[in-house]
Amino acid sequence: MKKLLILGAGTAGTMMANKLRNKLSREEWNITIVDQFKTHYYQPGFLFIPFGIYTRADVVKPKNDFFPIGVNVVYSKIEKIVPEKNQVVLEEGVVLGYDYLLIATGTRTAPEETPGLKDKLWHKEIFDFYTIEGATALADFFKTWQGGELVINIAELPYKCPVAPLEFVFFADAFFTERGLRDKVNITYVTPLPGAFTKPRATKMLGELLKTKNINIVPDFTIAEVNNDEKKIIDYGGKELKFDCLVSIPTNLGSKLIDRSGMGDDMGFVPTDKHTLQSRDFKNIFVIGDAANLPTSKAGSVAHFASEILEENLLCAIEGRPYTANFDGHANCYIETGYGKGTLIDFNYDTEPLPGSFPFPGLGPFGLLKVTRTNHYGKLLFRWIYWHILLKGKKMPIDSEMQMAGKKL
Amino acid sequence: MTTKTIANIKVEVTEEGYLIDSSVWNKEIAKAIAKEEGIELTDKHFEVIEFIRKKVAAGEGLTIRGIGKSGVVDAKTFYQLFPGAPLKKATKIAGVSKPVSCM
Repeated sequence: MKKLLILGAGTAGTMMANKLRNKLSREEWNITIVDQFKTHYYQPGFLFIPFGIYTRADVVKPKNDFFPIGVNVVYSKIEKIVPEKNQVVLEEGVVLGYDYLLIATGTRTAPEETPGLKDKLWHKEIFDFYTIEGATALADFFKTWQGGELVINIAELPYKCPVAPLEFVFFADAFFTERGLRDKVNITYVTPLPGAFTKPRATKMLGELLKTKNINIVPDFTIAEVNNDEKKIIDYGGKELKFDCLVSIPTNLGSKLIDRSGMGDDMGFVPTDKHTLQSRDFKNIFVIGDAANLPTSKAGSVAHFASEILEENLLCAIEGRPYTANFDGHANCYIETGYGKGTLIDFNYDTEPLPGSFPFPGLGPFGLLKVTRTNHYGKLLFRWIYWHILLKGKKMPIDSEMQMAGKKL
Repeated sequence: MTTKTIANIKVEVTEEGYLIDSSVWNKEIAKAIAKEEGIELTDKHFEVIEFIRKKVAAGEGLTIRGIGKSGVVDAKTFYQLFPGAPLKKATKIAGVSKPVSCM
């Protein structure tokens, strides 16, 4: 029996287990997936928790619900990968061998990278919303908060789900307006980027949206430390900003397992061919999702599009054929803008987010770089799609390759 | 893309002033670009610039974190040397392309 080993049972790993169990013969291929945790989190839902739209129960399900029959599931910490020996060592010294390895170990927030961030105000007046603990602590805080300086800070690039901090401030604007507190809450978006987003048209559109919602933006701010006593954040240039409530998007790093295995870059992401998804250093290792160092968004949609490419290329590798699939860095993000509306961006390595309609040219139903009610319903509907279609590796009616049809240059 | 004379040499630059061809770069060009950015270059600046050029020549990505941990400068000093937006300024002066922020 040949062995395919998948490390990490998050969005990317679970999708791949489902897709590959369908494709690889059970007589020939043994598939094993390893993860240390038994709970699957619907991470896009974390954003909704601080504002009381979702609770914990809306975003958790047992991982076991999503694995296909015929895949071995191992719940264990992973000590390290020994690529030279085609082996993975688990916590208790158990060794798993493999013919092919898929790394899907994701990214994690590392607040300890910024001095003073994870200190005495952590989860009291300083929060993150990229963990279930942070999101629920912030929900409790907002229930009784009477207003002040609300500062949202992105510590460093890259970070998971690049639009989530923008959605957070749009939601905050609506939330405090509805509570009659908006005149007491000053919202400031503090980013190391030169504007609201990276690419010109989306930056312009989202920057204008911030302005109309009376949300301040402080660009080019790279945080050096948090002063807990004086409640301010300080950047490397000495710029200071006061806060009463700080919502941080901490530094994102790859899994410690990657560092332990000596396979990561300076942030613990695995060097990966951006088109084939093969590891740069090892022919029988492929990397998918946030764990890879690809120059695109760290997001579930990217992992989803990449999963179709990886499925095809892995089969090529197994059958000894040249790779036939080419990943274009496709990302697709629904952006909540508050008050039951949303916008949508669709882009890849080479094409910036453009206005237009999606997925059907001229018809939509979704509007690119437009604020519409349908876009918001798209996002809400996505949670159902995620649990029932996407994780199970079923085909979605959206091309993995980004389409220019429907976009306006 | 426009043509510009920097330190008496005709060079092609992007709209934002980054050299198109990194190989035409020399220390005089660096000093002239730095002056436009309001920076007087010291030996320490050049150490950082050399590091950046080496990294880019090797096809490796540049991040403030990477430079801060390189042993050449720490992040704080890097900001002091190239105030405001250190990575953007330092790459421009080093004659390499503007780093892309990927998200």
